[in-house]
Amino acid sequence: MNLVLSRVPPDAATHVDLATSSLRELNSALHKLAPDTHETLWKVANPAGRHAIAAGLDAPVTVEIDGPVGYYCGGMNKQAHIIVNGNAGVGVGENMMSGLIHVKGDASQSVGATGNGGLLIVDGNASARCGISMKGIDIVVKGSIGHMSAFMAQAGTLTVLGDAGEALGDSLYEARLFVRGSVASLGADCVEKEMREEHRALLAAKLEAAGILGEVDIGEFRRYGSARTLYHFHVDNVSSY
Amino acid sequence: MCGIVGLFLKDPKLEPELGAMLAEMLDIMCDRGPDSAGFAVYSAGAPGFVKLTLRGPAGTDFTALGAAIAHPILPRDTHAVLSVPVAEEATVRAALGRLAPEIRVVGAGQRMELYKEVGLPADVARRFKLETMAGTHAIGHTRMATESAVTTEGAHPFSTGTDQCLVHNGSLSNHAGVRRRLAREGFRVDTENDSEVAAAYLSYRMRGGDTLGEALTHSLDDLDGFYTFVVGTESGFGVLRDPIACKPAVMAETDGYVAFGSEYRALAGLPGIATAKLWEPEPAKVYFWDRAA
Amino acid sequence: MNDHSHTPRTKPRYSATFDEYTLSEIRRAAATGIYDIRGAGAKRKVPHFDDLLFLGASMSRYPLEGYRERCGTDILLGTRFAKKPIALKIPVTIAGMSFGSLSANAKEALGRGASAMGTSTTTGDGGMTNEERGHSSMLVYQYLPSRYGMNPDDLKRADAIEIVIGQGAKPGGGGMLLGQKITERVASMRTLPVGIDQRSACRHPDWTGPDDLEIKIEELREITDWEKPIYVKVGAARPYYDTALAVKSGADVVVVDGMQGGTAATQEIFIEHVGIPTLAAVRQAVKALQDLGMHRKVQLIVSGGIRNGADVAKALALGADAVAIGTAALVALGDNDPHYQAEYEALGTSAGAYDDWHEGRDPAGITTQDPALMARLDPVAAGRRLANYLAVLTLEAQTIARACGKSHVHNLEPEDLVALTIEAAAMANVPLAGTSWIPGSNGNF
Repeated sequence: MNLVLSRVPPDAATHVDLATSSLRELNSALHKLAPDTHETLWKVANPAGRHAIAAGLDAPVTVEIDGPVGYYCGGMNKQAHIIVNGNAGVGVGENMMSGLIHVKGDASQSVGATGNGGLLIVDGNASARCGISMKGIDIVVKGSIGHMSAFMAQAGTLTVLGDAGEALGDSLYEARLFVRGSVASLGADCVEKEMREEHRALLAAKLEAAGILGEVDIGEFRRYGSARTLYHFHVDNVSSY
Repeated sequence: MCGIVGLFLKDPKLEPELGAMLAEMLDIMCDRGPDSAGFAVYSAGAPGFVKLTLRGPAGTDFTALGAAIAHPILPRDTHAVLSVPVAEEATVRAALGRLAPEIRVVGAGQRMELYKEVGLPADVARRFKLETMAGTHAIGHTRMATESAVTTEGAHPFSTGTDQCLVHNGSLSNHAGVRRRLAREGFRVDTENDSEVAAAYLSYRMRGGDTLGEALTHSLDDLDGFYTFVVGTESGFGVLRDPIACKPAVMAETDGYVAFGSEYRALAGLPGIATAKLWEPEPAKVYFWDRAA
Repeated sequence: MNDHSHTPRTKPRYSATFDEYTLSEIRRAAATGIYDIRGAGAKRKVPHFDDLLFLGASMSRYPLEGYRERCGTDILLGTRFAKKPIALKIPVTIAGMSFGSLSANAKEALGRGASAMGTSTTTGDGGMTNEERGHSSMLVYQYLPSRYGMNPDDLKRADAIEIVIGQGAKPGGGGMLLGQKITERVASMRTLPVGIDQRSACRHPDWTGPDDLEIKIEELREITDWEKPIYVKVGAARPYYDTALAVKSGADVVVVDGMQGGTAATQEIFIEHVGIPTLAAVRQAVKALQDLGMHRKVQLIVSGGIRNGADVAKALALGADAVAIGTAALVALGDNDPHYQAEYEALGTSAGAYDDWHEGRDPAGITTQDPALMARLDPVAAGRRLANYLAVLTLEAQTIARACGKSHVHNLEPEDLVALTIEAAAMANVPLAGTSWIPGSNGNF
């Protein structure tokens, strides 16, 4: 194998430079890790916006990527903690199952699309379709999110410290949306709902998981959810389909 | 279905590097469009003169043609740029038609030069020595042909007006109807390509008095489907995404430049990118920059 | 006064435009305010493989001896990039049908029948069940816009991945599975509330268009370490362009589904009025592969209205590498069986016409999640019926191939075919029988 692996004390991380190693070499090495691997810290240099970096992982390791990543970084992730020191392209953490993905910069469209579990944090802004069709993942965006976010979102939570773009939560199922800032408009079948104690507790738990409990006032958030009027087809709702 | 890049320089010191910067961006977008490539560069132009970018079959003797027409000509592979006084443009075009009917005028403008060919984008850029070109702004395109043929005619950018050109990523769904409407207005669209219809539509609006920004705003009403456009004019640079905005787009701005890429990868090599302001253009929002403004 | 008693009366005349079906549909729409949703594929008559005939051998060509001289039927799918292509013993596979739209017993029966014959089955919108994985020796895992039940473990235990862009019954459309079938198990697999009408998206959530599909394919290959063949399935509408773009995006296999292809539940108007017939789609798809120099390198699977070995042989002769069956497989399992005629009548329909697959009341226990109805389908016996039917399809295709002098079904060619109608000749790009005339042919589409 050509993969240039160097284990440099004192952090004992495995270093992979994508300027000299291929994406295939990196992902292949990460996929081969056993559940009890001692190579638990990986540092990836020079990602340069490449796609599918650290996709399909299934091991309790931490992968730190130093720079911007392209599409589908950490796609379908299980267990791993993936940290992006830069911006992320389309579909970061798409369909992730568990573990953590933390984007330190901004993220492009379809953050955590169809994600089933785990926690996905974006320190900056996320663009359109954040949390589209999410199925149980928890997403925390510290900045704002773009249009059509949480479209057809089925389960999980989307927490936004900034603003939400047009048509938030269109055709929403049972995902729970918490937005601190303004919402440009709500999509079909998405309504603001009362923020009861249980919801404040849920939100607090997500903020705590994201390491920002206490940094923001929970009282400033509003909750949005499904009005459930599209759950059973009715001719009077036809314009919403 | 493609990759788009664009670069609008704010810092004149970067102008000698324009071609080299665009060439690197285009190279990285090969994956998105391996069929053909093209680019337009806005470089120095002399007042009162128009540059005609000509495209001929491989092996065309442009030097001899320039001599025959008695105007300065600069050959680059299958293309050449002929400089003529504005007053003589019609005469020269007529002469070209007589002397070399196989040659096409692919672009005309005081400052715009336009090159496009079938082939891997990196190779196309090298053939035309893009890396040596200087200028104020430029747009480029790598193409994965959808419904129209893989030909040089079908490659982007499309130029349908003086100093005007457009590149497109996406797929228009009503281009046949718009094409017929433009035909009634006297705008001929040469290829089957939906993107050329978009270019002609903008030229049609600007001929009617629209600014680039106004023309882009009107296209939101009249062009249906999925699109990201990057547009160049003599002094301007514009970007527009359709209201659904599914096709990717990333922009970067520093004190030195405004850059557009279909993906961040295309911008990764630009100077100062690590500290640039980065954003994704909003759906249905017109962005444009103008040197004259 | 005139006496009218002897004036002949005209017979009641029914309109050809407003026929009985149309009138009933107008009344139904007026009463309910919702379009008709049903399963199955286009029911109207469209030009089909029946309009083609084979030119058997006689003097100028020599036939092979049936049953003695070998006529191969095996096929390798996914030879372009995948490290582990899949090898089918017969050129007939089972098309994607979801657990949810079908009962668990029906899915098991499909797996049993296909595995017995050495071919693959395909999941559907709703994820992979253990039963289905367990009973299918080769399982193609569909990757759909909804991503219901999608997870990396199932992706890795699949034998191939099929990215679904569209379906012949509804190119450009999503779906709707009505609440009756969203039982607890179906709902939990799809992360949906029990009993709601499930809407399916028409575009994928994280990519649009072939340039982005290329990146998606790369991701799926990375996740699965470049082992699995990746199919791209499109509904037949513009198959020349769609096939070419699937190839450019990096597909190993292209699946083109014609308008007769079935669906679990879609608007009737969509099924009957969008998309083109399977016959018209095959040659366009093949031409795209030929123009790119990829025919036989990227394999082509054709589906939509395949019923017998002649259809199989004709699709292969026109250039497909394999066919997929859906509706025919369900019929082989026991769908629409006249044995249940009284119950079909109680549902207001008739054996042979039942298409309300989305309502979950299938007397045959196939398109249902009702435990009592489902129990009617014995997966072992139904699997055996499917295996028998697949065997007949293969034998019939071999019979035709041998008659044309072919030692492998893949050596059938368009030149072995003629057409009975001008329409079929134009669509299939073969001559009208007894002539050398190919209507509309200039080699282009």
